[in-house]
Amino acid sequence: MSEVATRPTRRPTRKDEAWRYSAVEALEGVDLDVWREVAVPPGESWSETIVIEDGADTASTELRRLRIDVGEGARCAIFAIAASGEFARIEIEVRMGRGAHFEMGGITVGGRDTVREFVTRVVHAEPEATSNQTVRSVHWGKGTGNFLGSIDVVRDAQKTDASQDFKGLLLDRGASVNAVPQLEIFADDVKCAHGATVGQLDETARYYMAARGIPPELSRRLLVQAFIGDALVGLSDDDTRERLMRVALDKLDKHL
Amino acid sequence: MLQIENLSAEIGGTKILDGLSLSVGAGEVHAIMGPNGAGKSTLAYVLGGRPGYEVTGGNVRFEGKDLLEMEPHERAAAGMFLGFQYPVEIPGVSNVQFLREALNAQRKHRGEEPLTGGEFLKLAKEKAALLKLDMDMLKRHVNVGFSGGEKKRAEMVQMGILDPSFAVLDETDSGLDIDSLRVVGDGINAIMRQPGKGVLLITHYQRLLQVVQPDYVHILSQGRIVKTGSADLAHQLEAEGYDKVMAA
Ligand SMILES: Nc1ncnc2c1ncn2[C@@H]1O[C@H](COP(=O)(O)OP(=O)(O)OP(=O)(O)O)[C@@H](O)[C@H]1O
Ligand SMILES: [Mg+2]
Repeated sequence: MSEVATRPTRRPTRKDEAWRYSAVEALEGVDLDVWREVAVPPGESWSETIVIEDGADTASTELRRLRIDVGEGARCAIFAIAASGEFARIEIEVRMGRGAHFEMGGITVGGRDTVREFVTRVVHAEPEATSNQTVRSVHWGKGTGNFLGSIDVVRDAQKTDASQDFKGLLLDRGASVNAVPQLEIFADDVKCAHGATVGQLDETARYYMAARGIPPELSRRLLVQAFIGDALVGLSDDDTRERLMRVALDKLDKHL
Repeated sequence: MLQIENLSAEIGGTKILDGLSLSVGAGEVHAIMGPNGAGKSTLAYVLGGRPGYEVTGGNVRFEGKDLLEMEPHERAAAGMFLGFQYPVEIPGVSNVQFLREALNAQRKHRGEEPLTGGEFLKLAKEKAALLKLDMDMLKRHVNVGFSGGEKKRAEMVQMGILDPSFAVLDETDSGLDIDSLRVVGDGINAIMRQPGKGVLLITHYQRLLQVVQPDYVHILSQGRIVKTGSADLAHQLEAEGYDKVMAA
C-alpha cells in the first residue's frame, strides 16, 4: 500500500464521506489539487504549524491538504488552527512506517455561519507505530466545527497504538460540532482509542470566577483557553504554543 | 456596613428566604447558625448574586450602595468576598492564573493599576504562608484534586490575596482537621479582624467561634433570623440543640 488516498477527480458533494459536513458549495472555483507532499526520512523528525487566521490574503475558502510519509522510526508533529475563512479545511493524510510516531493537535474556532474542519486519515501501514490526535473545537453563533478522522490499521501492523480525542465547546445554541471517527483495523494486536464529547461552558465555574471579581467575558476567555490548551500539550515550543493560543483567543474576543 | 432588610428570595419558584433582616457594622463579626436547609447558603448566594437565586422582596445595602443592583463580579470588586461551602473545581486554570486575573480585574474595575507577575507572586507567597498552604498547591489547577480541607484553606488564601472589606464565609470550618481549623481561624482573624471590615460567618460548630470570636450570633431558621445573642448563644446551642434554644 503506497498510495494512501485518492485525489478527487470531481467536485466533492456531501454524499462523500469525507465531505459530509463541509461547505462543499464554497469549493466552486477552488483548486482541489493542492496536496503538499512530505516524506520524513527514517529516524528523522519533522514538525509543522498550520495557521489559518484573519489576514489580507486569507480567502473565503481555505483548503490546506498535506500528505505525509513518516519513515521508519521517524517522528512527525503537526499543530494547526482553523480560525478564518467562511469554509476552512485542514486535511492531513499520513502513512506510518515501522515504529514511527505522528502527533497532531488541532483547533477550530468560529462563529457566524462559518465551517471549519479537520479531516485526517492515518494509515498504520507497518507495525509498532504510534499516533495521537487531539482536536478541540469552540464555536458560537451558527458556526460549525468538524473532525473527521479515520485510522486504518493494515493486517501486518501489529503493536499499533493509535488514539483520537475530540471535544467540542458550544458557546451559543445555534453552534454545532460533528465528530466522525472511523476505525478500520485489520491487525489483532493493536490499541486504538477514540473519544468525542460536546459540552457548554461550565456556568458553576463561571459563577465562582465572578464571585472573585472576574467579569463574564474574561471567565469565558479563561475557560476557552483551558479547553483548547489540551490540543497543545504535545507542543514543546512555547512561542508556537502562545501564537496558536493567541490566534484562537483573538478570534473569540472578536466574536465574529 | 451591610444592611439586609426584609429580604425574601426564591429558588425555582420555592420561597427560601422569608423576610430576613440583619445588619453588620464595620469591625464586627457576626456568626449565623441554623439547622440544615434553613437557608444559610441561600443567603450567602443571594448576597453574592448567584444566577437562579431570585430576590422577591427587601433590599441590601453594602457600604451605602444597593448591593442587589450589582453584577456578581462588581460585588467582588466593591469588596464583597464569598467563601463557598463547596469550592468549585476549574480544570485547566491554575490558582495563580485565576487569582492574578481576579485581583487585576478587581483593580481595573476600581481604576487601579494591575499588579505585575512578580508583585503578584510575592503577595501570593505571603498569603499562602499565612495559611500554611504549600506554594506548589497554588500552581495546581483551581481546587482540582484538593482534599476538602485543602479547598477551604485555599479559599482563605484567595481571601488573603483579594483582601476584601466584607466576607461571607459559608461553613469554612467544615471538613477541617483540628490543626487546620486553628490555622484557618487565625487566618480569618489576620485578614478580616480589622477596622472597617466585616464578617458574616456561617457555621454549625462552636469550635471555629472560639478562634474567631463573634460579636453577635444569629439563629437562622426557615428563611429568617429568629434569635440573636452574644457568643454565649453558640455555647447554649451546642449544649442544648436548636429545638430547645429556639423554643425558649
Ligand atoms: N437549586 C435548588 N433548587 C431547589 N431548592 C433548593 C435549591 N438549593 C437549595 N434549595 C433548598 O433551599 C433550602 C435552603 O438550602 P440552603 O442550602 O440555603 O440551606 P443551608 O441552611 O445552607 O443548609 P446546610 O446547613 O445543610 O448547609 C433547602 O430546603 C434546599 O433544599
Ligand atoms: Mg449551607
